[in-house]
Formats: sequence, C-alpha cells, structure tokens
Amino acid sequence: MSINVLAIDDSRTMRNMIEFALNDAGFNVCLAEDGQLGLDALDGFVPDVIITDVNMPVMDGFGVIDGVRQHPLYRSVPILVLTTESAPELKQRARSAGATGWIVKPFDKDKLVSAIHKVAA
Amino acid sequence: MSGMEEIKQTFFIECEDLLGEMESGLMLMESGDYDMETVNAVFRAVHSIKGGAGAFGLDNLVNFAHIFENVLDDVRSERTEANASVNALLLQCSDMLSDLIVAARDDSGFNETQYNKLLGELRVLSSKDSDEPEPEGALEEETFGFMPVMLDFGMESDDNSEPQGDVFDVVFKPQPSLFSNGSSATRLIRNLCDLGDATVICDSSSLPYFDTFDPEEAHLSWKIELRTSERQSALEEVFEFAQDDCTIEITRRHPDGQSEDDWTSADFTAQNDTELEAQTPDAPDLMGADISVTPPAPQDPLVVEAPAIIPVAVPAAKANVEAKKKTSPRATPPATIRINLERIDRLINQVGELVINQAMLTECIVDTGVAGDPSVQSGLDEFKQLTRDLQESVMAIRAQPVQPLFQRMSRIVREAADATQKSAKLVMEGEFTEVDKTIVEKLADPLTHMIRNAIDHGLESTEDRLTKGKSADGTVKLSAAHRSGKIVIEVSDDGAGINRERVKKIAIDKGLIAADVQLTDNEIDNLLFMAGFSTVEKVSTLSGRGVGMDVVKRAIQSIGGRISISSQPDKGSTFTISLPLTLAVLDGMLIQVANQTLVVPLTAIVETLLPIVKDIHQTGPKTRVVNVRGTFIPLIDLGQTLRFRSEATLPTKSVILSVEAEDGTACAILVDNIMDQRQVVIKSLEDNYGSVPSIAAATILGDGRIALILDIDDLIARSQTDQIISPLQQEVKAEAYA
Repeated sequence: MSINVLAIDDSRTMRNMIEFALNDAGFNVCLAEDGQLGLDALDGFVPDVIITDVNMPVMDGFGVIDGVRQHPLYRSVPILVLTTESAPELKQRARSAGATGWIVKPFDKDKLVSAIHKVAA
Repeated sequence: MSGMEEIKQTFFIECEDLLGEMESGLMLMESGDYDMETVNAVFRAVHSIKGGAGAFGLDNLVNFAHIFENVLDDVRSERTEANASVNALLLQCSDMLSDLIVAARDDSGFNETQYNKLLGELRVLSSKDSDEPEPEGALEEETFGFMPVMLDFGMESDDNSEPQGDVFDVVFKPQPSLFSNGSSATRLIRNLCDLGDATVICDSSSLPYFDTFDPEEAHLSWKIELRTSERQSALEEVFEFAQDDCTIEITRRHPDGQSEDDWTSADFTAQNDTELEAQTPDAPDLMGADISVTPPAPQDPLVVEAPAIIPVAVPAAKANVEAKKKTSPRATPPATIRINLERIDRLINQVGELVINQAMLTECIVDTGVAGDPSVQSGLDEFKQLTRDLQESVMAIRAQPVQPLFQRMSRIVREAADATQKSAKLVMEGEFTEVDKTIVEKLADPLTHMIRNAIDHGLESTEDRLTKGKSADGTVKLSAAHRSGKIVIEVSDDGAGINRERVKKIAIDKGLIAADVQLTDNEIDNLLFMAGFSTVEKVSTLSGRGVGMDVVKRAIQSIGGRISISSQPDKGSTFTISLPLTLAVLDGMLIQVANQTLVVPLTAIVETLLPIVKDIHQTGPKTRVVNVRGTFIPLIDLGQTLRFRSEATLPTKSVILSVEAEDGTACAILVDNIMDQRQVVIKSLEDNYGSVPSIAAATILGDGRIALILDIDDLIARSQTDQIISPLQQEVKAEAYA
C-alpha cells in the first residue's frame, strides 16, 4: 500500500521539491501552503506521515503539531519537522509539542524518503 | 535532471513574490506602521529564499540571506531596534537580495563591492555573527554545510563489529511520549526485525489491572534478539527519531552466545497467558502483548495507534468534507499551472472570433424571420450570455494584480530619492486591482519614468519643503482603481506643482508654440507631452520636468491608454493613466453618420438627446454649443469633423450623444442615427493600417462589414485645439502622420 504524505510548507519551491522527491519514491503526496490549510486538508486526506515546515504564515509548524495531536483521528500520525532552523531550543519545543522527528533543509531526497519509511513503515 | 531544473525555475518565480512580500513589509516597517507579524513576514520571505537557494547551491544568495535573516531575527526579538538607519540598511539589503536572485537566475554578475559592504554592515548589526571571528567560514560550516544534516541523532556509533551474522540483544522500553509524539513501538520493532532474524519477547509484567489501566501510558517493554549482518549503527538508526522517548539498550552478544540477561521467552509467555485473560477480557487485542514475532509481523497488535484505524477513519473524514468548507484534498490550494502565453492569446483571439460569429449568426437568424420563435429567441439569448461569460473567464486568465509592479516602484523611489538627496516615501493604493498581464508589463517603464520625474522635479528639496511648512518627507502616491470600465492609474506627488511659466517659455524657445498664443493652465501642462519638448539625450537621466514625457505618452498609447496631467502650485502634480480593461472587447453603441457605421465606447456616453433647434447656438463659423438643462457644452458635428460630409449636419435630422472624456470634459456629438448597443471585438488599426486621428480601432460587425471605433477623448481634445490653438494642432498632426 502506498504511503500517504501530507507536506506543509509555505515555500512553493520547497513544496515542489518535496512533491518531486516523494512522488518519485511512489508516495501519495498532498500539499498545503500553511498550517491551517494543512489541518483543513485532513478533512479529505488520510496521511500516514505529515511533514511540516516551522515558520509559516497563518499557522506555523507548532500549530500543526498541536492541531494534529489533538485531532481525534490523526493524533498518532508521525510528524516530521522539515526546516532550515536547527536551534536546539526550537527542536526541544517541537519535541515537547509532539513532533516525531526533525530534518534540516536543504534535505537530501533519499534521506527524506528513508525517514518517512522509518516512521511510517 | 529536468525535474530539478524546472523546480529551480519555480524557485525564481517564487522569489519574485517573496521579494514583493519582503519589500512591502520593509516599507511598512519604514513607515512605522507595523507589528511583529510584519517583521515575521519579512523574516519568512528571506528565510524561504535562503531555504530554496540552499537547495540549489546558490552560495552567495544563501550567505547573504542568512546574515540578513539574523538581523531580522534580532529585530523580531527586539534585540535590535528598527530605527531609521536600520530600516534604510534593510531596504538596501532587500535590493541586494533581489540583485543576487537576478544574478543567480541569469548567471550574471552583481555589484560585489556593494555586496561586501552590506554584508559588513549586517555583520556589525547582527548579534549572532558579531561574536564569531570568521563568520563566513563558521556560517557555512555550521548551518549550511550543503550536505543534508539529520538531527536528533546523537548516536554516533563507534562499533567496529564484524558485519557477519552477529547477535544483538535489544531492550526497548517506550515512554508515554513515544506514542504522543507519533512514533509507534510496533513499527520500530518491525523495522528492527527487518534487519535480520529476530525473536521478540514482550514484557507485560508492569501492565496494571484494567480498572487502573491508562491507555495513554506505556506499560510494555520488549526484548529483541536479532541475528543480523548489519552493524550496530544500523540498529541505532532504527530508533533515530525515538531515542528520546524510550530506553534503548543494544548489546552485541559475545561469540560464545549467551546474553547476560535473565529474561526468557517462556517466563513471559506463561506469565501473560494466565494474567492477561483475567485482567483484560474486554480488550484482548490491545493487551495481546505476548508476541513472538518473526518478521514480517502478520498483523499489528497495537491498535492504540491511529494509522491502524485508518479504514474506519475514511468514511468519517468524507462526511466531514461535506460538513465543513470544502478543501481540495489532493492539490495545493490554490493550485496553479503555468501556460504558455501564446496559447492564451490564441484562446482570446478565438473567443473574439466567437463573439463576432455569434453576432453574425444572430443577424442571419433575424434576417430569416424565425427570431420571433420563443425557442429560437431563448436559444440565441443563452448563446449570447454564454459567449459573454466565456469571454470574461478567458480575460480573467490574463488578469494580474498590479501589486508586484507597484512594489518594484518602491525601489525606484528609494534610488531616485538617494540620487537627488531628497527624502521621499511611496504610498500605494489599490495595489490589488487586476490588470491584463501585457498591460502590467508595459507599464513598468512609463511608471519608472514618471516616478523618477516626480521625485526629481515634482518634489522640492527638504529645506524648501520645511520653509513652505510642508513635512520634510515628500510623498509619491501610486494608485490603481477600476473606474467605469477602465483602469485608472495615478502617479501623484505633493511637490511644487508644474512651473507653468517655465514650461511655456521652454515651449516658445523651442518653437513648439507661438510666442503670443494664449493657453489655459491645462494646455500648458499638456505641453509636457509634446515630442519636441525635451531632448532625447535627457530621457535616461534624472533631469528636467517633462523629460521624455512624450515617450511615456507613446508607451501608454501603444497599450490603448491615455495619460493626462493636472497640477496645482505648491500642492503637487497628478498624472492619470487610463487604460482599457481588456485589449480585446468593448461594449459599444453603434451609430450612423453619413451612411458610415461607427462605434462609440459605451463608457464614454453619458446620455442621448433629441436636439431642439433653439437649444443649439452658433458661437463661431464652425463652432456650436448645445444647452443641456442649462449647461452649454460644445457640439461636435461628427460628419463634418471626420470629413464624411462637407456641409453642417441638420440638427433636426440627428441625435445628440452627450459624452465625457476621461478628464471629465463634457461634449455633445451630433450623429445621424443610433442603431444598436453591442459588444464588439477590437481589431487594432495601428497594426493593420496606421494610426488615424479620433479613431481608436476598428471592429467587424455581424454582417461582415468593418466599423471604426471612435476615440472620444481624442475627438474632444482635437475639437478643442481646433478652436483654440492652431500651432499645437499642427504639431499633433505632424506627430500623428509621422
């Protein structure tokens, strides 16, 4: 069964890159351009993994993590944070909020794919 | 790899948007009217540029964006105050960033002196990098090694174990946070099992009785015996994301075999079988902890985790979609595609042809006499409506907000203000007004020119302004709006206004007007647009009010637009550009003059009147006025003006169209007959024939005949100059026929 990935990033370039990388790996990808749209997408898309950026307009990555962790259906879905930020305090904050993993951009396609496989086998 | 190349192009397109956002945020910061979200938006834009640039290895861009971002972060966290000098630096940096993007896109150079200068200034300001002796090296090493970095991975393995068939004992005890962070114990165990042959033993000894059982807690732990050819690091990697949420012990068994651990499979099995049945009759699946798994596991024993309940979730989610606002589940909202402009142009042309065809068909049907049939009539109406809807939708494809264009102008304002040592700010209004893409593109040069002019010669020096009691900062306002079927763009300044004495003197000196001619203020202002008013060499420099304004005027005319000027001493000047909403169709009134069919744009028509002879007064040999409810407005005899007939048209056999030019000048036009009101497709006369005075374009009518579309503004302007200024008229004619 193909893995469904919800990817949330406000950068079009990054969304394209994620889509390109993940489609290539045979995943189904749903893209959203901010945290709120990402949570809205859960209405019709059942993700196996959620990838989210941190700093986004409308709702940031922490909002996504909170929203997903409080979602009755998707609270246990793994969330990978994909960002250029690497500050330890931000990572710790994401962990406490319920992030599953943290990947620093620019990402390597294979690493991203393997990370997804790891959390959504 | 063409996929990546394409994404790179998307990146550059996105950069334009990001630059726009960044610039408008910085402008708000400069104006003082901002909040933290404004700074955050600017930060985000720079951050996204950095992120994308990193992916494509654009080092200069990354380095610059990084330190730029650091300074923005300082402003955001209020470590640095966003005072005037900081804002000025940030704006310069945004220009630099824009240049770097262009350089990266076009593989061209950039101003390295400026780059290093700004980089230095940013470093001085940045709290982060000022601590570092060698920021650039440290920067790349630390944050931007272009090798992807996986964090949360403090387990550098130092094992040198033989990769052949080792046996590892893994003790895995999850903490509750493992589940709340979206990891799955089952998945981790399964991933581990994938590495070789495994025996998994679950320890459920700490599982509480059902009445005290908290499903959110972690009650189980596992011992896995794994025989694998992988190194220990591979095992550790399985727990990469989970290491902080569990206790994990990995020990490699000595070649002689026995692990020091005293757990045995039998112990646990026995323990569980007896206790579990008693404790948890209602939740056998959940508690079915006694697993001895050999990969792959036949089924997921832990139903606590959400992915396992996905099949149940699907219908519920679908129901939600109906209940809530519908969002597209698959696509990026809003999804966009890129289309070759040529295809859209072809589509627009075809729709234009369809509009003509629809008119022709309607006429044919009327001629055959079946139009009275209700079903034919409703069919025709529907066809007409659909054609119109289709055409509007097609035109909307090309519509773009003027915002990016306006934002580009903020840079022009900064540069021009710097060059002239004046202080000026740009105020934008209606930047979300949508305009045809071609028009947006063609407006860039004229607007640049007008804004430079406004700052260079519209605004006074700071001292002069203060002397006059004005604010030290000059204001240049750029506004866009839809107004009665047209787009109106205004560039105004709050400067000294046009020095009419000087303008008139220059015009006389250059022989453009006779020395003794009497001109109204408006006519003097319009001298700025005359071709000979400025010399060509000065067009590209920042000098002389009215420099190159004829070039601006021609550029605006080439896109079917019109430009006018108004000015008040010490209040400032306003240039008004009015543009057609679309370049393809127009709502017009079909009129007849001397057996010629003409089209008058509906937007120009105020009302139609039946002339009463006593209301028409002769004021000169060729000029007449008509009294419309007490107001006398000039009457243009269209037949005579367009030289369709030599003698004056008899008012008794005519109809009067009361029309208004863009600047509000009212006029009455005498025509023979009004025929119809309809949408016509504009066919450029200039492209196919040549420019004709008072005629804007042509169209093809339903019966295949060609009709000319009147240019009301030009008609009114010419009729006025005809009556008043003959030298101007000659100049205009010379220009028109050149």
